[in-house]
Amino acid sequence: MSGPSLMDSLFQRTLEDLIKGLRQQLIGEQAFISKALEDIRKEIKSTDLSTKSTALLKLSYLSSLHFHDMAFASFHALEVLSSPRFSHKKIAYHAISLSFHDSTPVLLLITNHLRKDLTSTNEFEVSLSLQCLSRIANVDLARDLTQEIFTLLSSNKLYVRKRAVAVVLRVFEKYPDSVRVCFKRLVENLENYDPQILSAVVGVFCELACKDPRSYLPLAPEFYKILVDSKNNWVLIKVLKIFAKLAPLEPRLAKRVVEPVCDHMRRTGAKSLLFECVRTVVTSLSEYDSAVRLAVGKVREFLVDEDPNLKYLGLQALAIVAPKHLWAVSENKEVVIKSLSDADPNIKIESLHLVMAMVSEHNVAEICRVLVNYALKADPEFCNEILNSILSTCSRNLYEIIVDFDWYVSLLGEMSRIPHCQKGEEIENQLIDIGLRVKEVRPELVRVARDLLIDPALLGNPFLHRVLSAAAWSSGEYVEFSRNPLELMEALLQPRTSLLPPSIRAIYIQSAFKVLVFCLHTYLMQRESTTSSACPDNLPSGVSASVSYESFDGLSVEDGGDAAVTHGLTSTSASMTDESIVNLLNLVEIALGPLLGSHDVEVQGRARNVLGFVDMTKLDLLNPSAQEEKGLERKEVEASKTIELMHDAFSEELGPVSLTAQGKVPLPDGLMLKENLGDLEMICGDIQLPSSNSFSFGTPSNEQKVGVSFSNLQIKEDFEQSNESTSLLAEHRKRHGLYYLPSGKSEIISNDYPPANDHTSQGNVNDNSDDLAKLTEESLFPKKKPNHAKPRPVVVKLDEVDEKPIAMKKPEAKDDSLSGAVRDILLGSEDVIPTSSRSNLSDKPSSKRRGKEKQDTDPHVESKENLVDDGNPNSRRRKHRSHGKERRHKSPRKKNAEEREDNGQKEKEKSTHRHGRHKSRQRADELLNVSPQTPVIPDFLL
Amino acid sequence: MEDFFVHLQFSGHCIYIYIYIYIYIYIYIYLEAKTFEQIQNSVWFLEWAERGAKMIKAVMVMNTQGKPRLAKFYEYLPVEKQQELIRSVFAVLCSRAENVSNFVEAESIFGPDSRLVYKHFATLYFVFVFDSSENELAVLDLIQVFVETLDKCFKNVCELDIVFNYSKMHTILDEIIFGGQVLETSSTEVMKAVEEISKLEAASNAITLIPKSASGWRSR
Repeated sequence: MSGPSLMDSLFQRTLEDLIKGLRQQLIGEQAFISKALEDIRKEIKSTDLSTKSTALLKLSYLSSLHFHDMAFASFHALEVLSSPRFSHKKIAYHAISLSFHDSTPVLLLITNHLRKDLTSTNEFEVSLSLQCLSRIANVDLARDLTQEIFTLLSSNKLYVRKRAVAVVLRVFEKYPDSVRVCFKRLVENLENYDPQILSAVVGVFCELACKDPRSYLPLAPEFYKILVDSKNNWVLIKVLKIFAKLAPLEPRLAKRVVEPVCDHMRRTGAKSLLFECVRTVVTSLSEYDSAVRLAVGKVREFLVDEDPNLKYLGLQALAIVAPKHLWAVSENKEVVIKSLSDADPNIKIESLHLVMAMVSEHNVAEICRVLVNYALKADPEFCNEILNSILSTCSRNLYEIIVDFDWYVSLLGEMSRIPHCQKGEEIENQLIDIGLRVKEVRPELVRVARDLLIDPALLGNPFLHRVLSAAAWSSGEYVEFSRNPLELMEALLQPRTSLLPPSIRAIYIQSAFKVLVFCLHTYLMQRESTTSSACPDNLPSGVSASVSYESFDGLSVEDGGDAAVTHGLTSTSASMTDESIVNLLNLVEIALGPLLGSHDVEVQGRARNVLGFVDMTKLDLLNPSAQEEKGLERKEVEASKTIELMHDAFSEELGPVSLTAQGKVPLPDGLMLKENLGDLEMICGDIQLPSSNSFSFGTPSNEQKVGVSFSNLQIKEDFEQSNESTSLLAEHRKRHGLYYLPSGKSEIISNDYPPANDHTSQGNVNDNSDDLAKLTEESLFPKKKPNHAKPRPVVVKLDEVDEKPIAMKKPEAKDDSLSGAVRDILLGSEDVIPTSSRSNLSDKPSSKRRGKEKQDTDPHVESKENLVDDGNPNSRRRKHRSHGKERRHKSPRKKNAEEREDNGQKEKEKSTHRHGRHKSRQRADELLNVSPQTPVIPDFLL
Repeated sequence: MEDFFVHLQFSGHCIYIYIYIYIYIYIYIYLEAKTFEQIQNSVWFLEWAERGAKMIKAVMVMNTQGKPRLAKFYEYLPVEKQQELIRSVFAVLCSRAENVSNFVEAESIFGPDSRLVYKHFATLYFVFVFDSSENELAVLDLIQVFVETLDKCFKNVCELDIVFNYSKMHTILDEIIFGGQVLETSSTEVMKAVEEISKLEAASNAITLIPKSASGWRSR
């Protein structure tokens, strides 16, 4: 049986049967559905439309609620659509709006069905087809049906008209030309007194204005009228949204609007409208102090309301107002902080943002204290949210708001001990970064690191491994500040380190190496000083080393760090007895011995390094009793030389690496850049070639004494040089912006940063934390600069990005005429039309002349016409940037205009051709291209 | 040229005026190159088309077990994506306590500029997803309107009513929201329209019975 018979259609399951069956099935839902789908596939091929439509309905149900694709039925849906019966049509339209999309192959077959139903006398049929159109319309559908929609826009059935208004949004979106046809009628509907129509039109304009507010400025009087007159909250909300978009563009409009908005705010009982007023004021009218105060007063009411919705929205409003009026937040500080412990996660997060917005240099410690206490009690998710916001706020702009770094470092340590903490990576980065950038904090950093390292419990928490790696690294790097290196060594080599992942374990071993070298060196120094008191001939290197020590000591004393550090140092050296050294070496051997067989190359390699070093020095060091013997004496000297060498290698300070260090990499030879940017070569060459020096930082330890200072000097020179050349580059960029790639930012920034590792400059600036703040400010500027300049190169690339800069520029360029015009409108009676504004606005002769011509015509019509092509000045302005396109556009335009001339005749033709149109597709297209413009012509003529 | 025009006007040769106006328009358009393509290319239409402007993006009704009872997306989405979205919405909703706010951070699920408002009635969640062109509290009211309408329509609505009245649910929703825009906020108006539509459907089905059986007889 190929075709379904009468029996099939008689015993067909209806949708209700299907649902019941689905609820009672015993064979499993999926099995039942696939059986049902099989039936549907059969039924849907039926020639009987009732059977077909029922099958389609069932399929829609399964598609909508059980997520089975129904694309295979798209043609069947069209067949059902052709049924004359309303119930079938309804099912078909439902199925179509569920499953059709732009690439559905049969999409265009629907045009005539839609057209038929759009012109139907039954308003519900019209509504169905409009609904469908609002969902599936593409360019072709929108173009082909513009005429029908235009007719419906003035339908006398409100039910139809408001839907036609709503569908215009989709039609405009898909087929912008229809703006010329329909805009006039759309605006006419703005003056409709039926609240439903008004609500629909305002909704459409709200959406349109969100996209391109400027074009709708001339309509401001109409909106203003609605704002003042309307009693409907829905309409008022939408109008407020429109004004929130328009007001920032036109200060005088804002001035005019602020009073009615405040009126609504005082009078209304509806919370939704009240909140919309508040939001409008805080987003767009924040210069008007009285309005903001009123709004903040209302926000306060929201905040103390027990309805969590209002509380949440109140906090949101505060968050919007915070950047400009911080006082609003501080006034409500208690409520905000109390909300941190609210049951609602939304409220908690919102209040957290507000709390962070209040943070400043003065209260950062206090606020962080409060927050960390909250984090201890909070659930894991919110705890990490808190930690995250603390970390990001404090590290903003290179720790701009931190004055007391000792406090901050200990806070970081404390934060990593919070049980739910999962921010190990961020804490790691900040610990190391601060260690590199801020010299004074290093003793404290080492102390914090020691506390972390020494606690065996922390090793068991995988989230903390990253923090521990930072702790290990900094305690190795800055071991000279450690009070007790031996204890540190034990911590670094404790058995539980086997819980660490290999990469971090390698860091531990490397740090242990550094600590070991430090201990041995101190031990040797001690011994030398005792022997040197006996015999005056001293090793020169020993002198220099002690000098360097003194400078370290002096430094820590100078900057007001507690004397304990110096104390610690002396006690350290005192504690380096022969015995402790022996223990130390044994410990290293025992701990690292097994690692020689590690599978991880990093771990294995580093362990080997350390053990090799121990082997080399051990023999000599461990025979203090035999010291007097001459042979050993020589060996001893060799060992101490080695230690000296290693120590010097490790005491070479590491500086922070510029974010843009990558930009200093010389251009690879094969890169195509040179071809297009030939004229840049001379300029770029200067920067990039010498800067390769900045990568020679891994100076071999032997030459380091001489090498460092030398390379530093060189860098400084290069640095200055490159500064010059980049200013040239920047200028060139300004002039020839369009040859630059948009992301060339790093080139500009790189020079203003200290080069990687340039610790001389770093050291100078870092003398105290105030200077650091200055440094951060300085380094802030270059960061910002490219951001400002950034939009510029993008301008050329694509039209898309064009909008922003234009919007920024326009106010200045057009201010006089435009704002003057709007003021005229706003100050005049409400019946005055944007005509004047229009003729002022466009200074081209053409529009003036049109204005003149139209003066004796109905002012309303005129205004509408103006609005219709309001988008055009914009597009023309844009055009200046895209010269290339101009030519291409002209020819079609020409054709269009020609077509337009004999439009009148063709229109007659068109009406006769209407029915047979799909047969002669080509022709119909041509006609349709013309037909939408017919209504515009009278405007040009009048 | 302007003077020339005025002169023509005064001379009263209407036909000429029209011809000249055409020529003028032609020149004007040609020179200023106000082509449609440019409008089309202009920024906001492109951006808009990409974003798919919709005020209300989706309406969902699901029960407390996460079974969808009604799902309506105002932009086309493949069914798999729909399922995924409903699942992730449910995952968020079921983790929320009673007596907390009705708003949920939705940008992680629905992309930037999206908000989610839900309301919990008995065994059902009513969820509306929308963008910044709607007011949160107004949408909350809208959910109320929707539920009130259902209540009027089904007389003390319960989950079963919603389960078994798939088409009617969509009819009601379509009366309230049209292509993502809120068109009707009065439940009596909605009821009126829904009743009319039901009548119309019933009438058209009544007619169908006769021809169907007749054709059936003939084919035998």
